[in-house]
Parts: sequence; structure tokens; C-alpha cells
Amino acid sequence: MTIDVSTPTTDSTATTDSTDAAATSATTPGLSDAEVDLLRADFPILGRSVNGHPLVYLDSGATSQKPRSVIDAERRYYEESNAAVHRGAHTLAGEATELFEEARATVARFVNVADDEIVWTSNATEGINLIAYGISNASLGRGGAEAARFRIGPGDEIVTTELEHHANLVPWQELAFRTGATLKVIGVDDDGALRLDEAAALIGPQTKLVAFSHVSNVLGGVNPVAELVALAKQAGALTVLDACQSAPHLPLDLAALDVDFAVFSGHKMLAPTGVGVLYGRSELLNALPPFLTGGSMITTVGLTESSFLPAPMRFEAGTQRVSQVIALARAVEYLRGVGMHRIAAHEAELGRRLAEGLRAVPGVRVLGPGAGAERVGLASFVVEGIHSHDVGQFLDDRGIAVRVGHHCAQPIHRRFGVTATTRASSYLYTTTGDVDAAVAAVADSRDFFRVA
Amino acid sequence: MASRELEGLYQQVILDHSKEKHGYGLREGASGSSHQINPTCGDEVTLNVHRGADGAVDSLSWEGQGCSISTASASLLSDLVHELPADELTRRIDAFRELMQSKGAVEGDEELLGDAVALGGVSRYVTRIKCAMLPWVALEHALVQG
Ligand SMILES: Cc1ncc(COP(=O)(O)O)c(C=O)c1O
Repeated sequence: MTIDVSTPTTDSTATTDSTDAAATSATTPGLSDAEVDLLRADFPILGRSVNGHPLVYLDSGATSQKPRSVIDAERRYYEESNAAVHRGAHTLAGEATELFEEARATVARFVNVADDEIVWTSNATEGINLIAYGISNASLGRGGAEAARFRIGPGDEIVTTELEHHANLVPWQELAFRTGATLKVIGVDDDGALRLDEAAALIGPQTKLVAFSHVSNVLGGVNPVAELVALAKQAGALTVLDACQSAPHLPLDLAALDVDFAVFSGHKMLAPTGVGVLYGRSELLNALPPFLTGGSMITTVGLTESSFLPAPMRFEAGTQRVSQVIALARAVEYLRGVGMHRIAAHEAELGRRLAEGLRAVPGVRVLGPGAGAERVGLASFVVEGIHSHDVGQFLDDRGIAVRVGHHCAQPIHRRFGVTATTRASSYLYTTTGDVDAAVAAVADSRDFFRVA
Repeated sequence: MASRELEGLYQQVILDHSKEKHGYGLREGASGSSHQINPTCGDEVTLNVHRGADGAVDSLSWEGQGCSISTASASLLSDLVHELPADELTRRIDAFRELMQSKGAVEGDEELLGDAVALGGVSRYVTRIKCAMLPWVALEHALVQG
């Protein structure tokens, strides 16, 4: 067991080798209560109290808390190495640039892809928009012959699914409006599983792109990536994977998944806000026209036209988000130090406990995979007779933080006939006690609101 | 089990109104109407203003989906509005907004707000003020319409 140490010079979590993504998971043990307690000591915020109770943080699906080493990495950068990267020749500029590019390599290794296939964005949402606007620009004729493969228009189809976060739906709606292409949507069954029969019927020669999430942020189920990628490949369509809820929680091998593009957000995986990751197959990134343009992404600038750098810098216009990137690399090292398989096993156990506990409360309906089916450490649920806002308020009164509302996924809520749910979501620092406290509070909320 | 603040937020009168919903069910013949959404949670309300021959607001009718606070707020507001001129209603909406923004420092004026003063506890919860305001904002918009 390696644990984070707050001493700036020590880096005790970066001790595991790069076998994370390759190791088998079936037999990996999760984390013991004692191990989780040690990890928790690395997260200053977990020591605070809320409304007179120790904080029970069950909203990591929205954003994760940060270990001291990540917070320190950002501070240390500003105290010791701050400078503009990829410009200027002074010593600090060199150091900052080196740290910045080392971070890219660290994150690339974490998801098993090449360094130049990693593009820094503000968050996953910007990554998806980058792809959509790149395609849009190609459709307008930008990017020349190389970009012709991205052109779409009337008669072409974009396929996504009913369970997407708005970030992986609205940009495709807008791309369809801009280009005249049609958006098609794969539905889900009553357990929230994607309808592969529908996917097979929808995806065909007219399909240019298939965008889907790895793990749903509402249902907590793991989507059939291999099947969808196979269908897309057969049709010659590009694939975009929304890995927001998988990159932080599961071993993620993007090369093995064989997707063309993927996105995730740093803030959900122990890193600061303001940094996200776009992965694109090198060959594709180097053919895709840029989204944002300006400084840092050009080779030669004339008065009426300019030429662009290859990927990834082609997509990183303007002054870079340096401190966040460096802190993200530190976050990834922390995760690797604990081990992604162990984190996944720990959270699968918590997810099981959470779903089972909630299902045992009268009047509670848990969305998503049924009993015994694979689920990450996340459950969205409805308490009959109590609006999710009120459930959440009752839990908050006990220091328990959960998400309420539609979680930026209105269509999947509509599919299950509700406008809002309460969502509890875990991370590596979540204890079985946290889960039990939430389940008990949900049961008590029924007395408080007199629906018992 | 629950804190005093939480008991103050969810007073009995609020829980009752969230279930009874006075004024619920949209009626025909509205002079003005407004649909308001709280985009962060998806709560929504549609509120109709019904005026008498003298132009005063006779009553409200509404429908919506929401938490107990927004639902009770619409119900309590419906109880309040009986044959009131529009400018008097605007004065009461302002008084309610002031109560909501008071962070618990202001006692609601029962003369102006009736039982809706029970929503005063909401002002201690920044994340819930929007819930309580939703129907009042809808009324504000509907009054402008007619
Ligand atoms: C599945 C999924 N996709 C996309 C996003 C958007 O992430 P961000 O808001 O960081 O861009 C989220 C986060 O809420 C998510 O859970």
C-alpha cells in the first residue's frame, strides 16, 4: 500500500510500474477500511465538518476532492517554476515547458496512448466541442484534402445515445444543425442498458460518427464499448468515447478500446478544475482542422492566412493552463500509486452496497443495472413522495453531500419518467460507513417528510 | 434527528401545502401566463393570472413539478392572491424577495405575505432560494403580460 505524503519532495505514490491498465482485474482486492482511512488523511477537506457532522462526501461523480500532493504540486509550480510555456528562452520558461510536457507523457501513459495524442482542454465539454467544431470546419472546406474524411452534410448521420450527459449530446445536436447532418439516438432498456439491437439497426454506411459514454453518470452501468466500436468500424464511422466517469474510476486502456477520440475531465480525478483531456488517434488529430485559433498553434502567420502546427499544439491556442496540467499529472501519479484495479474493485463493492442498501428502503427506486449487475460506485434513485431536492436537503443536514436534480442528463431521466433523482457517488476515499450513513439517512427522510 | 434550521425550513404548513397544492390546475381565461424553469434542477411552474372586470387580480392557477419548497410556495402564493390590484401584488412580491434575501435576519410581514412567511426559513439556505422564488417570478412575468 502506498500512500500520499504531503512532503513536497517525496513522491511515494509514483512507485507502481505501468502495468496498471494491463493487469487482470477479476482477482484484484479492493481497499480495506484501514487503507481507505490512510488515504483519507491525504485529503484535507475530508476532515471538515458540515452542519455539525463530519463531512460524508458522496458527490465525486460531479467533482472529486483533492489530495494534498495535488494541491501542493500546483502551489509549488507557482512558487518555483512559473513561466509561460512553449515561448521564451529563459530558464524558468524551460523548466515550466518541461514540466508541462512531462505531464502530457504521464497522462498518456495512464491511458496507454502516445504523448502527442493527448490534447489539453479546459474540461471534457471543451474536448467534445473541439471535435465537433473541427468536423464543422472540415465540412466548410478547411483543412484541405486531408480533412475531407471529416466532412459531413445532409444525408450523413451522427449517432449518440439516450443516456449521455448533455456535454455529449448538445454539441452533436448543434453540429447536425450547422451541417445538415441528422442526429440519431440509441435507446436504453428498462435496466438502462444500451439497446445493441437498436445500435446495429441505426449504425450503417450513412453513419459518420458514433459518440457514447463509457460509464453513465446517472445509471452507473458500464456501456458495451467493444460492441459499439465494432459496429462503428464496420460502418466506417469515427468513434468518440466520453470517459468522464471511467478515467477516474476504472483502469482505462484507450488503445485497447480502439476508439478514435476520447475525453475526460481532470477535476473528477483528483486534479484541479480547468483542465481536461482530449485523446485522438495521431493520424486523425493531424488531419483535423483546429477549433480555437491564435497564438501557440501556428507555424507561419501572414496577414491574410496562416499555417498550423501539428497536433497536439494545433489544438492548444493561447496561453496554456500550466499549473492545472502539472497538478493533473500529480493526480494521475496518486491514482497509479493506489492502483486503478484496486480503486475499481473498492468502488464496485461500494456501488453494490449502496444499490442494495437503497433498494431495501421502502419506496426507493434505484435506476440502472439491476441487482447483481455490474455497476460503478454510483446510484441515482427516487424516493416515492419526496422530491430529490428535499432528500438532498435532509442528507445535507447530516453533513452528507449528494447530487440532486437531473445531473446534466435530462433525456435519460425522461426515459425513466422522472425529472430529477438523488445521486450518491463514491471514490477511492469513500468508506463503507459513508455509504451506510447515506442509506440510513434516506430511510429517515421518509419519516421526516411523513411518507413512511 | 434533524437540526432546528431544517425543522424551520420544512415547517408543517409547508409540508401541508406541498401536498395540498392550493390553486393547482390551470384554468382557462387567463389574462397573463408565465412558464418558469429552474435549469439547475429542472423544476418548473406554469402560472396563470385571472383578472376581474375591475382589472384587479381575482386569483391564480398553476401547474408544475418541483420540490416541496417550490410547490408549497406556489400554493401559499395562490392563497395570498384574492382580488388584489397589480401594484399591490408587486409590492408583496418585493417583500417576499426581500425576505428570501435576508439570510434569516428578517421576520416576514404577515400582513403582506400571509402564511407565506413560513417560507422565511428558506432564506438561510442559499441553494433553495430559487425554489421558493420560482412561482413569484412567474407571477411577476405574468402580470407584465396582462
Ligand atoms: C459522463 C459525463 N460526461 C461529461 C461531463 C462533463 O464534464 P465537464 O463538465 O467537466 O466538462 C460529465 C461531468 O459532469 C460527465 O459525468
